[in-house]
Amino acid sequence: MSDASLLTKSSSGQADSGYALELRDMSKKFGALEALSGINMKVRPGERRAVLGSNGAGKTTLFNCVTGDFPPTTGAIRFFGEDITAFPAQERIRRGLRRTYQISLLFNGLSVLDNVYLACRGVSRGRFSFARPRKSDALMQTAEELVDTVNLNEVGQTLVSDLSYGQQRQLEIAMALSGAPRFILFDEPAAGLSPTERTELVNILTGLPGHVGYIIIEHDMDVALRVSDMVTMMHNGRIFKEGKPAEIEDDPEVQALYLGGGSDE
Amino acid sequence: MVDVTPITSANQVRSSGRLEKVPPAYWVMGVILLVIPAFVSPFVMYQLMGWTFILGIIALSLMFLGGYGGMVSMAQMAFAGFAGYMVAIFGDSAITGISQGWPWWIVIPLALLLTGVFSTAVGWLAVRTEGIYTIMITLAIAAAFFYFTRQNYDLFNGFQGFNSVLPPQLFGVDWRGPYAFYYLTLFFAVLAYSLVLYISRAPFGLALQGVRDNPRRMAALGYNVTAHRVAAYGFAGLLAGVGGILLTWQSSQISPGTVGIGPAIDILIIAVIGGLRHPIGAFIGAFIYVILKTFSVDILVNLGLAGERFQLVIGLGFLVIVFFSPDGILGLWDRFKESRNRDPLTGQNKGDSPL
Repeated sequence: MSDASLLTKSSSGQADSGYALELRDMSKKFGALEALSGINMKVRPGERRAVLGSNGAGKTTLFNCVTGDFPPTTGAIRFFGEDITAFPAQERIRRGLRRTYQISLLFNGLSVLDNVYLACRGVSRGRFSFARPRKSDALMQTAEELVDTVNLNEVGQTLVSDLSYGQQRQLEIAMALSGAPRFILFDEPAAGLSPTERTELVNILTGLPGHVGYIIIEHDMDVALRVSDMVTMMHNGRIFKEGKPAEIEDDPEVQALYLGGGSDE
Repeated sequence: MVDVTPITSANQVRSSGRLEKVPPAYWVMGVILLVIPAFVSPFVMYQLMGWTFILGIIALSLMFLGGYGGMVSMAQMAFAGFAGYMVAIFGDSAITGISQGWPWWIVIPLALLLTGVFSTAVGWLAVRTEGIYTIMITLAIAAAFFYFTRQNYDLFNGFQGFNSVLPPQLFGVDWRGPYAFYYLTLFFAVLAYSLVLYISRAPFGLALQGVRDNPRRMAALGYNVTAHRVAAYGFAGLLAGVGGILLTWQSSQISPGTVGIGPAIDILIIAVIGGLRHPIGAFIGAFIYVILKTFSVDILVNLGLAGERFQLVIGLGFLVIVFFSPDGILGLWDRFKESRNRDPLTGQNKGDSPL
């Protein structure tokens, strides 16, 4: 379903440590609340990882720290070997990091195509251009292809405010795929989707080019385990288990805590 | 936050540059505006239409910031007045001790350049705030500029300001003549309107609307939100500057009264009356404002009331429009179109599915 030509490898030229994303002893405090504590994580290029945990485990906070929405209290974040801990959000995006949001953060006053076009333009030159895009504009064509990739071509000219929730989630994915991403953070992309849309989502994720890695937060275990190579379990702001999907599924501690055997909530 | 109806998507826009894609309503309006001088008095052309176009350009600068950028600035009249002052200071006026008498082809670009610098600097300060605080900080800057011009005699000639600030005699035309001035202001109004419409669909304009809708997401897409907001102030300042120079030429003078708090609020009223959803709202608002301001004195006198209470009529007009349509005349028009499209029996839009 996805078009690999849209996701060509970006040439960062940065020193590569062997990991796409490396979190070193990262923590995040909100006043007295310790949302993240001692997070160490290494994700290889092209690796697909699911981060699971109950509500309040710190999964979205982890994403927010990685993307620069707010800085970690302690620790370091390395992206393809480069320390990006102090970088503003836009600099991280320009290095090939993308994310989707748990609650859709879209531009409701613009059309579907405009949203994707903005996402494509954000990581290229000409963000301040006063000249309208021409018919042959490569970014506009890329935006149209991405809209097609997530099956929104029929509503390409529709205002985002007029889309259904499921369509907005699909648009989020199209925007995350824009501009040669190297690593994507998916925050509950299947939330609110119909069974058919979930199947399409799985197809999109499994169809991504091999060099594009991602971390997915997902409560739908069926989706999460089908689209990931590794699983990280979080609880109360800490990582307490890592392993292959089958290992995690069979782990009694995980089952007790998360897969129906009881929870702290 | 203002919700602006996008004119078209970026995809549709690519082909709309061709003349045949211009909507028929634009052609009709264009012909009317071109031939109207043959049917109306010089007073209507110079005072009503000329003033409408000028105030429309200044209000358009506010529409650009508020409608596309979600930033309501009270400093647009200060930018306009600043440009007027620069033309008076560097060009010709009756105050020969201050005015430098430089040629117009240096003075006008210089005035606009300095206005752009001024508005960018104000934007750099204002974008650190949001919502009501942006209004407060820009209002404070407008007030500071008003008092500065009133108290500074070395550069701004204090309370009296500058008079006899006239447009250049270009192509042997007296540009203050009613016909010439009408077409001069019409030209710049159309230019400013087209430019704003064009930019609204360019990457910068789309990005600005993205910043309005969701600044956090824009940063997450790789945009420098602050830089876009500051650049928007710079561009809007240039627009206001064009209006300010024309305003100075129309009245042939510039003084602190032009940049006072009252005129600053009037620009906001104009923009709100017309509606911030589309650039045309600025000119609709300006037309209503000019009509009210010009004729309200006569109406009051004919009703046996004191003519100096004309601001009351403007205020009541503003209240009535905002009461019935918070998004101005454009909002009324949208609701009218929607009601015409609605099936009187089912109450649904005709295009909607009955289920």
